Amino acid sequence: MITKEEWDKALTGRHGEKLQKRFSSATVALCGLGGLGSNIALSLARAGVGKLILIDFDRVDVTNLHRQQYKASQVGMNKTDALFENLREIAPYTRIETHTLKITEENAVPLLQGADIVCEAFDCAEAKAMLTDTVLEKLPDKFLVAASGMAGLGSANSIRTRKITDRFYLCGDGQSDVSSEGSLISSRVMLCAAHQAHTVLRILAGEFDV
Amino acid sequence: MVKINGEEFNAQGKTVAEYLAGAGYDQKRIAVELNGEIVPKSKYGETALRDGDSVEIVSFVGGG
Repeated sequence: MITKEEWDKALTGRHGEKLQKRFSSATVALCGLGGLGSNIALSLARAGVGKLILIDFDRVDVTNLHRQQYKASQVGMNKTDALFENLREIAPYTRIETHTLKITEENAVPLLQGADIVCEAFDCAEAKAMLTDTVLEKLPDKFLVAASGMAGLGSANSIRTRKITDRFYLCGDGQSDVSSEGSLISSRVMLCAAHQAHTVLRILAGEFDV
Repeated sequence: MVKINGEEFNAQGKTVAEYLAGAGYDQKRIAVELNGEIVPKSKYGETALRDGDSVEIVSFVGGG
């Protein structure tokens, strides 16, 4: 097992002290731990983000394995517990808080209050809109990085990041709905998750443009 | 004129709720930003659009 000092040294060596300090002092909340959230979590943990708040009510299902960062042996587990386990193996010193519950307009504020940046990573359009409205209205000091449109086999190049307001970034192609595309392909979902994770890291670095 | 998602519309005088209904938006799947600020859903009916306003209607689709 590597020590915390070895882990910190490796990250500082890669990112530089100033940037790594920004990453390691940050808290990021992941709302939804499916294809987007599980992939975002891995990127942020590998980059050395200090604390992740993982929120999902669901369990790992066999139909998730084609795009979500879980293992066949984890089918049936809470996604929060399974992702906690996987992150522990990859990035043992990331601080992780888990909440196995459904995020609502009512509980969103206390759940997300401790985060610097909130990632919307749901799959349902109504839930995405609800979280966006709630965070931007009730938690105006947070950054929100949301996603819309990553279903199907469309071009990788149509996935992009837009800055909607000073605190609200939106990733995806804006159009590809899973109900009309009929599928979610791991690589395209990962592209969108990577846009979200990268946006988070850029915000932490003080790079606010897209 | 009101700029909505980058295009100019004759929407001044209408409320956000009126514009959304006329344009066929499903209020449950969108977020509305007016001049850089989010408009709470509870304020759609009382927020009137004015000449020169800039509006972004973000439509969410499923998948994640």
